Amino acid sequence: MDEIAIHVQDAYKVFQKGSDFPWKRKNGRESSGPVVAVDNVSFDVGVGEIFGVLGPNGSGKSTLVRLIATLLLPDRGSIKVFDHDVVRESMAVQRLINRVSVEASFFKKLSPMENLSYGARLYGLDIRQARLQIRAILDRLGLEHSSIDKPVEEMSRGMQQKVAIARALLTRPAVLLLDEPTTGLDPRSKREVQSLVRELRDQDGTTMLLTTHDMVEADTLCDRIAIMDVGRVVALDTPEKLRTFVSSQNGNEPTLEDVFLELTGKILLNEENNV
Amino acid sequence: MITSASQQLRASYAFIERNAYLVKRYWSWELVWLAYSIANSLSVSYIGLGMERIAGQTIDGRQLVLYLVVGTLVWRYLSLIFYWITDVIALERWEGTIEYTLMAPIHRLTHMAGQTAFAVTYSLLFTGVILAVTVKLFQIDLSSANLVGATLVMLSGSLSFIGVGIVGSILPLLFPERGAQMTHVIIALLLLVSGVYYPVEVLPQLLQKIAVVSPATYVLEGTRSALLDGLPTLQLWTFVRPALIAGGIAIPIGLWIFGLTERYAKKTGKLHRNG
Repeated sequence: MDEIAIHVQDAYKVFQKGSDFPWKRKNGRESSGPVVAVDNVSFDVGVGEIFGVLGPNGSGKSTLVRLIATLLLPDRGSIKVFDHDVVRESMAVQRLINRVSVEASFFKKLSPMENLSYGARLYGLDIRQARLQIRAILDRLGLEHSSIDKPVEEMSRGMQQKVAIARALLTRPAVLLLDEPTTGLDPRSKREVQSLVRELRDQDGTTMLLTTHDMVEADTLCDRIAIMDVGRVVALDTPEKLRTFVSSQNGNEPTLEDVFLELTGKILLNEENNV
Repeated sequence: MITSASQQLRASYAFIERNAYLVKRYWSWELVWLAYSIANSLSVSYIGLGMERIAGQTIDGRQLVLYLVVGTLVWRYLSLIFYWITDVIALERWEGTIEYTLMAPIHRLTHMAGQTAFAVTYSLLFTGVILAVTVKLFQIDLSSANLVGATLVMLSGSLSFIGVGIVGSILPLLFPERGAQMTHVIIALLLLVSGVYYPVEVLPQLLQKIAVVSPATYVLEGTRSALLDGLPTLQLWTFVRPALIAGGIAIPIGLWIFGLTERYAKKTGKLHRNG
């Protein structure tokens, strides 16, 4: 790996579940104790790499994305984006990144153009240039022209997700954090987004960290994949090498899904046996 | 350095433009709110005309109406500023956009400056409409009133309410589910001690002592002196000075507390939970 875009070293994040009020947490009913969301995770992502993070629900994927996105502070460890520490140099990191989350969060009464203009101004872009770009990106993503000035709440979930992707692309980030970006999209929209991801990497050299439940998506898009379970990275390699982790079954080549089930299933079984 | 400053200025305008879009899109709500505010101001002001009958003795009802009109107008103006500032978080909690905005590479001062500029402009226009309706309905003669002086007093009082609003905005940050409702406590306490509808001298000693530190007390007294007595602008300095001092203290303290709270929210993962 020539140049590192994201460096994660022993990242650790724990959440205290229960009431907002500490005195209430003493009550057994209110408290469910600490939950380790990210447990000593380490990896590097090279510049221009598409790095996948696979894991079941609650495995810590989104927490990891939020830590890199400066939306959470790690309890231990260090995370750097192009050598800028996410805690000490958060503003420098914020200038380099953008994020698409599974929830397409917008001002629902505002139109895509109004929401994206807000985003463009937040990132200090020239608004006239930005408005031209907004139309071009939304056009590229297949959004109907008539939808650009209508309230976002009148759009389908898939369309809203496309607007969210357009918002992230608008700032031309060096690092794009894609947290389940294709969840809820129809197969056609999914393919359009996936081809856009490839195009971004090939044309702009954008580094991407992609979390997904879609094994085929991870297999076809990602250069390397980390499989997470209960906050830990249980495997990290190229899709081809990951597939060698499990033996072929009934003469068929193992899929990434086989690897995923094998690794996360084993972990769960081991933990149950240890209790 | 200049580029960075101009980028921050552009980013600051993002909040002004976004709020203007929101007001435009929620125009029917704005009309309802305006009707409510006018009805509210009128019903309080009519108490002035009714006092003669209630007390069963001769009272200068017109003077009492003026006293109450100024109280309702100043209070509407200051509380509007307060609520727009607290909305800096509450609104984004409601829409689910808080993570996107707090991930943008902008200083919190830039963020608050944009929200404040909009809050002051909106509140002045909104209060102006209520003033016009009230003047027309009660046939109030403002020919000897110092309107410029009154506006200056109100603008100087805005600063402290901006500071108090910034402190209030931490409640929705700390308590995603009920934080927005909690901000009403702050405004209710200020309403009680600041002499909005009565002179502070009628309050118990303890509340009178608190009234001394409430910036609204000086804004109300100053505005009444300008509108009811036509006090020249230079003589209004007695009221402007304490309001400016309160603002000079409240804004930096508010920003400092907000910074600490934002850090706490990032530590505990409270940004993600939408109320």
